[in-house]
Amino acid sequence: MLYSDLFQESFLALSSNKVRSSLTVLGIVIGVASVIAMVSIGQGAQSSIESSIQSIGSNLILVSPGAQRGFGGGASSARGSSETLKLTDAEAIKKEVFSVKSVAPSLSTRYQITAKGTNSNTSVNGVTAAYAEVRNVVVAEGSFISDQNNSSLSKVAVIGPTTRDDLFGANATNVVGQVIRINKIEFKVIGITEAKGGSGFSNQDDVIYIPLTTMQKYLVGGDYVSSISIEAESADTMTAVQEQVNSLLLVRHKISGSATADFTVMNQSDIASTASSVTSTLTMLLGAIAGISLVVGGIGIMNMMLTTVTERTREIGLRKAIGATRQDISGQFLTEAVMLTLLGGIIGILFGWAASWLITKFFGQATTVSWYSVILAFGVSAVIGLVFGYYPARRASKLNPIEALRFE
Amino acid sequence: MINCENISKSYFSGEVETQVLKGLNFKIEKGEFVAIIGPSGSGKSTLMHILGALDTPTSGKYFLDGQDVSSLSEDELAKVRQKKIGFVFQSFNLLSRATVMRNVILPMVYGSIPKEEREEKAKAALRQAGLDESHYFHLSNQLSGGQMQRVAIARSLVNSPAIILADEPTGNLDSKTGDVVLSTFQDLNAEGKTIILITHEQYVAKHADRIITIRDGLIVGDDRNIDKKILRG
Ligand SMILES: Nc1ncnc2c1ncn2[C@@H]1O[C@H](COP(=O)(O)OP(=O)(O)O)[C@@H](O)[C@H]1O
Ligand SMILES: [Mg+2]
Repeated sequence: MLYSDLFQESFLALSSNKVRSSLTVLGIVIGVASVIAMVSIGQGAQSSIESSIQSIGSNLILVSPGAQRGFGGGASSARGSSETLKLTDAEAIKKEVFSVKSVAPSLSTRYQITAKGTNSNTSVNGVTAAYAEVRNVVVAEGSFISDQNNSSLSKVAVIGPTTRDDLFGANATNVVGQVIRINKIEFKVIGITEAKGGSGFSNQDDVIYIPLTTMQKYLVGGDYVSSISIEAESADTMTAVQEQVNSLLLVRHKISGSATADFTVMNQSDIASTASSVTSTLTMLLGAIAGISLVVGGIGIMNMMLTTVTERTREIGLRKAIGATRQDISGQFLTEAVMLTLLGGIIGILFGWAASWLITKFFGQATTVSWYSVILAFGVSAVIGLVFGYYPARRASKLNPIEALRFE
Repeated sequence: MINCENISKSYFSGEVETQVLKGLNFKIEKGEFVAIIGPSGSGKSTLMHILGALDTPTSGKYFLDGQDVSSLSEDELAKVRQKKIGFVFQSFNLLSRATVMRNVILPMVYGSIPKEEREEKAKAALRQAGLDESHYFHLSNQLSGGQMQRVAIARSLVNSPAIILADEPTGNLDSKTGDVVLSTFQDLNAEGKTIILITHEQYVAKHADRIITIRDGLIVGDDRNIDKKILRG
């Protein structure tokens, strides 16, 4: 039997029962569309996190207080609980470690901010002038915190565009020169940073920068810092810098081994790989949940094919009587199943694509439909056709032609 | 062409054996028009299934064109049917949602006849079966019973089989259309086709040249039909 005959016979059979065929296809459409949409959400989250990690700087090494407990653990212990990192540690790194381009100690806490009667709870970062360079902060208007501001304990602030919008109204002008209150202390706005984008849990535009020394003296009342950002001279020197920083701080903190260290040294790629392992787990989870509906769709195909085989028993008997071999029969039913799932796959891919576009448009959630997920969805739907079509096709091919012809 | 040696067929339900055919011996030569007649339940259809290579005998040997068919596998039997047998059934067994043309082409699909030859062959078979050309591309469920049986006859002819087996081909037709179908078989026989016609009606059997009578699985008569009814279609 020629392949073109196989397709023609299968097409004829499917199109003669359009309603049932389309309902069965619908099951696959929903399955494939939800896999595509769910995976696109996961991958969208992944790429937006990757780009926000890229945007915090290049060749970056981060030192934070507290023992190494991974990405999330390190961040939470930095919130005031550990006060082991000092400004002098940052100065020592700058002086004693080779291949360091710049060192930016910073102290971060959330405070209640008021301005002109509006209220906001925002992350306040005490920084030095080096921070702008190390962490890729660009000032759109006015100027950034200077070393002069730090040595004179100035009460000045640079605010992010989201913070500006929250405090002064959307796209307010002439904000530079105005006064905001951080924890009831007045600060003069001297600059506004450029929007970095990024959304959700990594919004780098909702932030206030003030001089580190001012923050330590008037807001925190201590000489510790919550992180030290180090920019290495090049990507090649990252590991060397990381090792030197580690041993320098061990000596300074009088600790015998890394296992008991009261600080954590991470480089940007560690952060990126931790984040991407989290998001790829998320992607897999979403994909697996959606995959269940695809399997349900496959069971629908099997159900329909079994019904079809029973209904078409006489037809199968006739085909055998005029010379169809078992392979001809099973081939036809398998082709019918695969044609249904492939059609469902194609429509499902289009629907999933549309769904992820709508998710981005109406919920602002970044989505990425990758070629690999499209090809995978297509392949999986073909495989589902083969797997769930196999048993009905085999059953059809095994029918005894005499019994089949007698069947009413 | 057909040589049956002591053919027996039994059905088993559990331990109980029901012998339907009880040792049949006969030969049918090329170009013969034979009717097999017997009352309902006598084993005619069972015999036709064996002659048509749809089934194998429980014991005995069946030679078709010198080939021993009684011991072939399922797929080998399918090849024999495809090349050598044309079936015509009482209930036509057409694919109702396919066109007349597609129905007649179907045996060529399984016979791997090249696509470009199919339509010509199908048309020739339909002409032989006497179906009016205006119906060739109609859906087969739009035809009358007599027209359906002509399509089925065309389908049985299209692979140029050695024998045509017709099991009660007039059973679902009124007597007038039945006569038309019988005259078609006579015409085909005149053109040299070997035809085996299975029926329980004396009237139908009278159109053949030779009548084999079976009763309870045994041949009780094998006679030349001396008062053959000739029909003009
Ligand atoms: N698959 C089967 N299993 C059991 N008995 C059968 C089977 N097929 C036919 N028979 C029996 O064999 C006998 C002959 O049947 P059949 O060949 O159809 O007769 P006919 O066509 O002459 O009416 C009947 O008694 C029928 O009940
Ligand atoms: Mg019968």
